[in-house]
Amino acid sequence: MSLQTTTISGVLVARLQGELDHHAVEKIREDIEQTVQQEGINRLVLSFANIHFMDSSGIGLVLGRLRTIQALGGKMALCEVQNSLQKIFEMSGILKVLKLFPSEQEAIEYVRGE
Amino acid sequence: MTEYLQEKVHVQNYIRMQFPSCSANESFARVAVASFVAQLDPTLEELTELKTAVSEAVTNAIIHGYENSFGEIRIECSLYDQTVKITIEDDGVGIEDVDMARQPLYTSRPELERSGMGLTIMESFVDRMEIQSEPGQGTRVTLVKSMGGQKTSQRPS
Ligand SMILES: Nc1ncnc2c1ncn2[C@@H]1O[C@H](COP(=O)(O)OP(=O)(O)OP(=O)(O)O)[C@@H](O)[C@H]1O
Ligand SMILES: [Mg+2]
Repeated sequence: MSLQTTTISGVLVARLQGELDHHAVEKIREDIEQTVQQEGINRLVLSFANIHFMDSSGIGLVLGRLRTIQALGGKMALCEVQNSLQKIFEMSGILKVLKLFPSEQEAIEYVRGE
Repeated sequence: MTEYLQEKVHVQNYIRMQFPSCSANESFARVAVASFVAQLDPTLEELTELKTAVSEAVTNAIIHGYENSFGEIRIECSLYDQTVKITIEDDGVGIEDVDMARQPLYTSRPELERSGMGLTIMESFVDRMEIQSEPGQGTRVTLVKSMGGQKTSQRPS
């Protein structure tokens, strides 16, 4: 199980699980894209609470979903990024284009525009 | 460290692996390397950095080297004092311009959601990175990293 998704007041919350490498990312991308299409959602929160390893495939996943959400005129945020990922996040440039919150709740409130 | 790259030193321990270019082997490769270098008593941070670098190189061999078709990937990992040297080799398409490939954000496959950061991440997570590549022949990436606190480059010679 590499992904658990739930919709909370119009926001798709995708809780990532395991190790975000090229192998894992392919299925996660499909699942999120499909859910976004099916449910007509354009607000997305990616939770990194259970991610302790990620390589550049994870960067591609995050920036790719940002592109999808922006094309739909929506809003996206990240939450609970672990310390072990800090260096790769800094290098990726993700922090320049996306907001990062310590809790899921804060991220949800932000993408709902509260 | 330069001596180690030039294979002038006597290695104390090594492993060799070869496996087909399927993405399920990405985690196998980085975990195998991590458990082998555990004998150097690395910090968790050093281990994560090394795993990330190996993961990047293996992923590049699969996606770019073999363009997601079948091929063989070979990894050798050797230890000398507190330093690990890893080579990751493929017989894939090779790289025309290595200097351009090493530029941050350069990717030849943006349509696959690649961000062009793999080589930049690898370079910053190890002490030395070398790329040898021949178009049509394949690519060999060599990574050298000191682990377990004591830096090899600071040893009295
Ligand atoms: N083993 C390889 N065989 C052939 N080409 C390679 C190989 N490794 C890297 N390259 C080339 O170098 C470019 C840069 O590699 P790098 O890992 O930095 O970025 P990427 O793989 O394209 O994106 P990312 O790693 O961020 O997902 C690749 O796009 C590819 O053209
Ligand atoms: Mg790469």
